[in-house]
Amino acid sequence: MRPDLEITLDRLAQATTLEELQSETLRLRDESGIANVVYHWTNLKGEQFGAGTYAPEWAVHYINQNYIRVDPVVSGCFNRFHPVEWKQLDWSGKAARAFLGEAVEAGVGRQGLSVPLRGPNGQFALFTVTDECADSAWRAYADERTRDLILIAHFFNQKALEIRRGTDYAEVMRLSPREIDALTMLAIGYSRAQAAERLSISEHTLRVYIESARSKLGAANTTHAVAKALTLGLILL
Amino acid sequence: MIRYLYAEQLDAFPRLRDTMFRHRAEQFHKRLGWEVSVDAEGFERDGYDDMNPLYVIWEMADGTHGGSMRFLPTTGDTMVSDHFLHLTDGVRIESPLIWECTRFCLSPDAPAKVSAALMAAGGELMRAFHLTHFVGVFDRRMIRIYRMIGSSPEVLGSAGEGSEKISVGLWQYDENVRRAILARAGISLEQSQQWFARSFDVVAPHEERLSLVA
Repeated sequence: MRPDLEITLDRLAQATTLEELQSETLRLRDESGIANVVYHWTNLKGEQFGAGTYAPEWAVHYINQNYIRVDPVVSGCFNRFHPVEWKQLDWSGKAARAFLGEAVEAGVGRQGLSVPLRGPNGQFALFTVTDECADSAWRAYADERTRDLILIAHFFNQKALEIRRGTDYAEVMRLSPREIDALTMLAIGYSRAQAAERLSISEHTLRVYIESARSKLGAANTTHAVAKALTLGLILL
Repeated sequence: MIRYLYAEQLDAFPRLRDTMFRHRAEQFHKRLGWEVSVDAEGFERDGYDDMNPLYVIWEMADGTHGGSMRFLPTTGDTMVSDHFLHLTDGVRIESPLIWECTRFCLSPDAPAKVSAALMAAGGELMRAFHLTHFVGVFDRRMIRIYRMIGSSPEVLGSAGEGSEKISVGLWQYDENVRRAILARAGISLEQSQQWFARSFDVVAPHEERLSLVA
């Protein structure tokens, strides 16, 4: 099943506590019909924070054993910015093999896809989905869902940072006048072609400006971005 | 052949690394006269090279650099947002689905197909990592090269005159265009995928590794 991206991002936008982020991972897992959805956060000071659907015993064991030093997913995603398939990682070392054995035992799943995330001050996080299914089924799932997962991952990290910081600081204030113009025209019912013409830019360029605004607003698509900008009072009709 | 290397992986390929930064000095400092810094070793490097970017590099048969470009995610610091906001209508282009492409550089000895091979590799990145666009910074000469390859960017704006003219442009992912560029470079889809896999996958097949713990 495919969870609705817009609903997911709206729920995330309303989250104000780490517990709510935790609940969101459970919902996402159930809606997606996969084994696990996990968010794992660390920083330069070595602090760790997690939200996710792994068995609590596994999470505790992972921390106690300091598995962050052994886990090929962490070393393989650190200093990367592309989504990483667990298959691409090096599981050949003795410690990594033992770790994988325990992880599979604990229900982590053999299939995994992790999106590396970066925040200020050396913050590093991973947003991961896992399952037990066969390679072909996993391939199909990843092909269909990776783009949505990238968007959810980035917004999830943004919310986690906001909550940790304990402020309401919102990135949306960084929308430029041009992005606001573009959203405003769509809000009043202009087509993309009409809006582009009004702004004296190509439709192609307009798409990128809207994609940029969509990303900053944490919206799922253009319509959602327009709705969010209206709700936030960024555009006035 | 194409290699995809993050900055921190470059040290495993010293010859490739050194010739790339020297060719960059040749192209951007000597030939184009851009205000870039060249260090004592003759390397052209800037602050973005220190942010662990992903390089796409054409490696010649002798292990030297034939051409390259540099990628960074637009969710972090980018050259376009730091220096060229006036060319993007003041819009800070920022999305996990858009990467920035800068420092497209060709070796003086590069065979004609290298620029097409590099662009096709860019298409491979877009396809594999589900990106929608690249936003790029490039010199005037590149506009003609991109056109010849069949991969013209949409130019958002330009600054400067003559050889110092710098443009910002956009490429949108298009699978048909990717295949056409590959054909132009004389590279098969399989070959392209194999180069990609060699850079991003470990050697041992997954099943084999998993059977160790099963």
